Amino acid sequence: MSLFRLPGLLTGGWRSLAGSGESELVPQSRLSGPMPWVIAIMIALMVIAGAAALALRNTAQSAREDLSGGITVQIVEAAPEARQQQAAAALERLKAIPGIVSAELIPSNEVDALIEPWLGAGTLSGVDAIPVPAMLDARLDGKVSAGRIADIQSQLKAVAPAARVDAQSSWLGPVFDAIQSLQWLAVGVIVLLGLCTGAAVLLAARTALGANRGTIEVVHLLGGTDAQIARIFQRSIGRDAVGGGAVGLALGLTVILFVGQRFAALGAGVALGGALGWSDWALLLAIPFAGVVLAMLTARLTVLRALRRML
Amino acid sequence: MPFFPHGLAAIAVSPRRNPDYLAKMSSSPDAEIVHFDNVGLRYGSDREVLSDVSFTLHPGSFYFLTGASGAGKTSLLKLLYLAQRPSRGVIRMFGTDAITLPRNRLPGLRRRLGVVFQDFRLVPHLSAFDNVALPLRVVGVTERELAKPVADMLEWVGLGERAHARPATLSGGEQQRVAIARAVIGRPDLLVADEPTGNVDPEMAVKLLRLFEALNRLGTTVVVATHDVHLLRKVPESLIMRLDKGRLSDPTGALRYPPRRPAVPA
Repeated sequence: MSLFRLPGLLTGGWRSLAGSGESELVPQSRLSGPMPWVIAIMIALMVIAGAAALALRNTAQSAREDLSGGITVQIVEAAPEARQQQAAAALERLKAIPGIVSAELIPSNEVDALIEPWLGAGTLSGVDAIPVPAMLDARLDGKVSAGRIADIQSQLKAVAPAARVDAQSSWLGPVFDAIQSLQWLAVGVIVLLGLCTGAAVLLAARTALGANRGTIEVVHLLGGTDAQIARIFQRSIGRDAVGGGAVGLALGLTVILFVGQRFAALGAGVALGGALGWSDWALLLAIPFAGVVLAMLTARLTVLRALRRML
Repeated sequence: MPFFPHGLAAIAVSPRRNPDYLAKMSSSPDAEIVHFDNVGLRYGSDREVLSDVSFTLHPGSFYFLTGASGAGKTSLLKLLYLAQRPSRGVIRMFGTDAITLPRNRLPGLRRRLGVVFQDFRLVPHLSAFDNVALPLRVVGVTERELAKPVADMLEWVGLGERAHARPATLSGGEQQRVAIARAVIGRPDLLVADEPTGNVDPEMAVKLLRLFEALNRLGTTVVVATHDVHLLRKVPESLIMRLDKGRLSDPTGALRYPPRRPAVPA
């Protein structure tokens, strides 16, 4: 007995050679077996992996957009007075450079708060305080390039010899690389799962062909074409794929929503940047459809290939 | 594809009284349905099971194919219903070279054939009705169009009340009748029957033979392979082809029953 009995758009008229009665030319139970469940699991995994890939892409994209026009100027000067003087001069100069849309000095207490967890409380104030560079945050009107950084650096040199200019995105470069690797890994997993689905369908179609060889020969000898016979198998597999795809999608979406809620609860900027948009959801919903098409195409090609060996 | 539009009553209409049919047959250049020339068949590297088989089947003729067990009757029939390609020789069917014909054009020839297999070869998962309807569905006849002819045909072979029975629940004779109904429902140009009366009682055997004759009168060329000598007597106008160790002993049809002239030895 087939596990799924969904009518489905793709299964209409699939009994055209077997009539409209209760009988089936190729019995569904022999043809499908565990196939709908295999497809359901594969689709669920593909949907989850797809969601992971899309969330990672969104995270990286959101972070890149935030940091793409940002530069940080450090005034690395041990003497506090000279440091503050150079920082003020650098801020004035920055505001005067064309292409810089905003510039501000990060208050020293914020900088101290950032590094205190590493250096320990009480080490950043008093006579023996560890000198911490002054920090300026500036935003350019376009992307940061090595040329623009060198230009800003040379202009600041005159008023703040201890100034060092860095692109903010360059700090997170290795993180973006790692995210991209994970993204490609997820895409690779989807491809592998797709191949696995194809292989499972291929085996099921071959088994069904072997089990129904006698029937196929009769249909052939009655003038049935390869396309007619392939259509029977294709529709049967399609029916399994529609049922399996629906269950797999439901399973995958449940997991995604559950995990998504956990990340949303973090409330952190990077985690929220990975939220899925409408186009992402549309892509995820397309995965089961792609799975159905893949399964039907595999079944059709497998059966046609096998039939070509018969007269 | 033509089929019996009004049940079996249509079978009784003789094509020899049908001017269209006669015109079609007479316009055929050499009026042949099948032509075998020097055909040989071997399975793998074994010796030939058929050797130098040459004959011509003419439209509207009735042939019996006889011969001892192992003489090659079934192999010859397999070539006739295009289940096998010969190892050598020429086979022309309906004016087409059946050997060099591309695979995708074979269904077109097969749809002009009706085949009664020795082992019936009914589709086990289909009811008797669906088995008989199968050739019509293959060529795209609608459910509405096929319902009555199929029901009539089953009625005629005495299985009207068993239309929804599956082959496994039918006796051997009943299965054979379903197989015959399936073979003739499309009113084929060539009917090939392998021991079609082997599992039925004498009364039904005669009835089925009358069906073949009726089809034959409609223009269908009939080839019946049989061991049953009594059957040959029932169709006096038939031509007899005798196979002996893979060779056809009377390709010219001289072995009429009753014989009009001595048999040509093998």
